[in-house]
Amino acid sequence: MNFDFSQDDKMLRDQVARFLSDQCSSKTVRGVLEGNAAYATEVWDGLVSMGLTGTAIPENYGGVGAGYLSLCLVAEQLGAFLAPTPFSSSVYLATEALMLFGSDAQKDHWLPKLAAGETIGTLAVVETVAQTTAEDMALRFSAGQLTGKKLIVADGGISDFAIVLARNPAGDLGLYLCDLQAGGVVKTAVDTVDPSRNSTSLEFNGCPAELLGTEADGWAQLETVYDRAAVLFAFEQLGGAQSALNMAVDYAKQRFAFGRPIGSFQGLKHMMADMYVALKLAESNCYYAAWALSTNSPDLPLAAATARVSATQAFQLCARDNIQVHGGMGFTWEFDCHLYYRRSNYLTLQLGGLTEWEDKLVSSLASGDAAA
Amino acid sequence: MDFGDTQEEAQFRAEARAWIAAEAPTYLIDSLTKSGFGGVKTGDFDPMVEAKLWQRKKADAGWACIQWPVEFGGRGASPMQSVIWNQEEGVYGKLSGSFIIGQGMCAPTLMAYASEANKARYLPKLASAEEVWCQLFSEPQSGSDLAGLRTRAERDGNDWVINGQKIWTSGAHHSDFGIVITRTDPEVPKHRGLTMFFLDMKSKGVVIKPIKQANGESGFNEVYFDDVRIPDSQRLGEVGGGWQVSLTTLMNERLAIGGGIATGFPEIKELVDGLALASGRAIENPAVRSKLADWYAKSAGLKNTSARAMTALSKGEMPGPENSIGKLVAGGMMQDIAKFALDLQGLGGVIVDPELAAHSARLQAMLLRSPAVRIEGGTDQILRNIIAERVLGLPEELRADKGMPFSKIPSGN
Ligand SMILES: Cc1cc2nc3c(=O)[nH]c(=O)nc-3n(C[C@H](O)[C@H](O)[C@H](O)COP(=O)(O)OP(=O)(O)OC[C@H]3O[C@@H](n4cnc5c(N)ncnc54)[C@H](O)[C@@H]3O)c2cc1C
Repeated sequence: MNFDFSQDDKMLRDQVARFLSDQCSSKTVRGVLEGNAAYATEVWDGLVSMGLTGTAIPENYGGVGAGYLSLCLVAEQLGAFLAPTPFSSSVYLATEALMLFGSDAQKDHWLPKLAAGETIGTLAVVETVAQTTAEDMALRFSAGQLTGKKLIVADGGISDFAIVLARNPAGDLGLYLCDLQAGGVVKTAVDTVDPSRNSTSLEFNGCPAELLGTEADGWAQLETVYDRAAVLFAFEQLGGAQSALNMAVDYAKQRFAFGRPIGSFQGLKHMMADMYVALKLAESNCYYAAWALSTNSPDLPLAAATARVSATQAFQLCARDNIQVHGGMGFTWEFDCHLYYRRSNYLTLQLGGLTEWEDKLVSSLASGDAAA
Repeated sequence: MDFGDTQEEAQFRAEARAWIAAEAPTYLIDSLTKSGFGGVKTGDFDPMVEAKLWQRKKADAGWACIQWPVEFGGRGASPMQSVIWNQEEGVYGKLSGSFIIGQGMCAPTLMAYASEANKARYLPKLASAEEVWCQLFSEPQSGSDLAGLRTRAERDGNDWVINGQKIWTSGAHHSDFGIVITRTDPEVPKHRGLTMFFLDMKSKGVVIKPIKQANGESGFNEVYFDDVRIPDSQRLGEVGGGWQVSLTTLMNERLAIGGGIATGFPEIKELVDGLALASGRAIENPAVRSKLADWYAKSAGLKNTSARAMTALSKGEMPGPENSIGKLVAGGMMQDIAKFALDLQGLGGVIVDPELAAHSARLQAMLLRSPAVRIEGGTDQILRNIIAERVLGLPEELRADKGMPFSKIPSGN
């Protein structure tokens, strides 16, 4: 057994961290948050030029073929710096769906563009303000066209194409590839708790689209994509949690009250110790899930749900209590605490919230025999 | 990253498995499987006798304390082999519960501080459990604040004379030896006036009185010292260097307690899998599912954290204070699980008799034992302090007694 990342993976992580600490300050995040841009284009361009959009794409499709362990550590750093880019939508979702289910022609067409960062993709699923179920999916695909509305699509306003969950005339759900540039799509920006990430509703009025791959088996395919993406999202949450904890600890060492640093008060110390514990548990579960993802282990659904549940808990706790440690300053627009708070709640609800992942975790426990 | 065994690891596992299959006391398997959360249960057999038999058998075949050097009764095995051995030993490992303090805490202290002659004399018998050891640290006035201890050791020629009292000493009643931390100089600040020794528990002047615990068992004791003489050759470390020595013991304590720690997860999972609630099957109940997911994520997190620590150990890195999280997470979780498990069973949840309620005896034992997990070996609060100060680097606690000679420190009574 060897439960650690390789030196190469760690070097890549450090390289990404250096780039982001130069190029993705909170000023950059705020630029998007305050509506000056839909995403941080320089950060995106930098990530692309480092080849990161192609991290897990095989070399014959123009990617780097470095695999998922590397990609997990990239995700961790993107989370740590709150990178306001469509990386998760394009890389963890659209690219994954294409690699898993795309036909050869579709892969030949899209993967090299995705690897090169020329094209940004996303996945469009949610139609209602409720937990998503297969039964509720109303958007239709018929005669080569999509009709209906996706209520909120991550990075929908930035993406060149979307993979859209829709129902065919036989009543089956499928994933459909739709070129968003081709016209016929009405994009409307959606206000969310985290405006540092683009959220957009997409209305399809007879837009040309094609089935991804050969089978209209959309719901099962979606779950497969989600299980894989959950690991990568969990790493983003992990990175965010670590940054929020660091911010709290730094402040607690400097700020004085009653003639002593506030970090010497046990109420705060124990709060931060609990943040650390949540973070460590999440980190170890994320590492295990990274391994399960990189090896296509049968354990992946359970490992992914476990990582997702504990990373969600960790980021939410760290972001919330980071505000508390900062007192009044923590509730100002000026301090960065709210950036983490926003992002933690935004990320929690991507791919379904904590309750849904808890439920999935127990379902995969029940079907396996994994006793922790 | 790789979770499979390497070829050597697989070979080692096969060897261990074959030996255990041939030699283990299979007649105890049922009671051992149900055992836990308190003293080990061995049905009609005497637990200490059975524990010593198994340990002796392992020692004779080179399977006791396998990470220790061969000359001290071990096998010179790697940390990873030790993990594999623990996995293979499975429930039989519960038999060694009474030896954890001696083998996991006293022994590393002896290895670091005892003379070569003493190591050769004591360690092999510690490994085979021919001699059992205990840890005499806590006192009525000093538990968390261990350095505030009062048991005196005064020099008399080549001997030291010990007077005072220890408390909460687990297993003192069946121990042959113990390591004891004493105050040798009350006129310097508290951490500096301490000295560590080991002693024969049968020495003249040692009186051991069992304490009945809240869960009805009697695992720990009061130990009184009345002019007990210890030769200077049984001193561990420098005179006045006892605090340093105790840190070795305590660091190993957290490793010994922290790795593979019980969380209660398998018990709650087994319960809800078969249980019907008024609203339907327990496993279908949303509140049950949410808690189960949370507890699984925590116990998996601990398991994966210790796998990472093992990887670090096998690369020659020292395990750091971050290992404090194991007991901190497991203790509270076990207590929550027990409470919830009983709650799902109506008034029947209070029944301890296994004849009347299949699950309750074990869950009740967990309910009544779990508070101790949050106290022994560093309370939850002390562990949080350690994480905050030593891992996160937050400023130290304000200490009212800082720099004061021990004799001037207020004690509240
Ligand atoms: C089952 C069991 C077995 C044990 N076995 C052994 C053994 O074999 N050998 C041995 O030497 N000892 C043993 N102990 C003793 C154990 O180490 C002590 O009980 C423990 O360290 C706490 O000390 P105390 O009981 O004096 O409580 P106290 O130190 O008086 O603590 C009382 C409360 O005050 C809190 N507190 C104290 N200081 C602080 C602080 N700085 N910040 C915040 N809160 C604080 C504690 O967390 C606790 O809640 C055992 C204890 C138990 C329960």
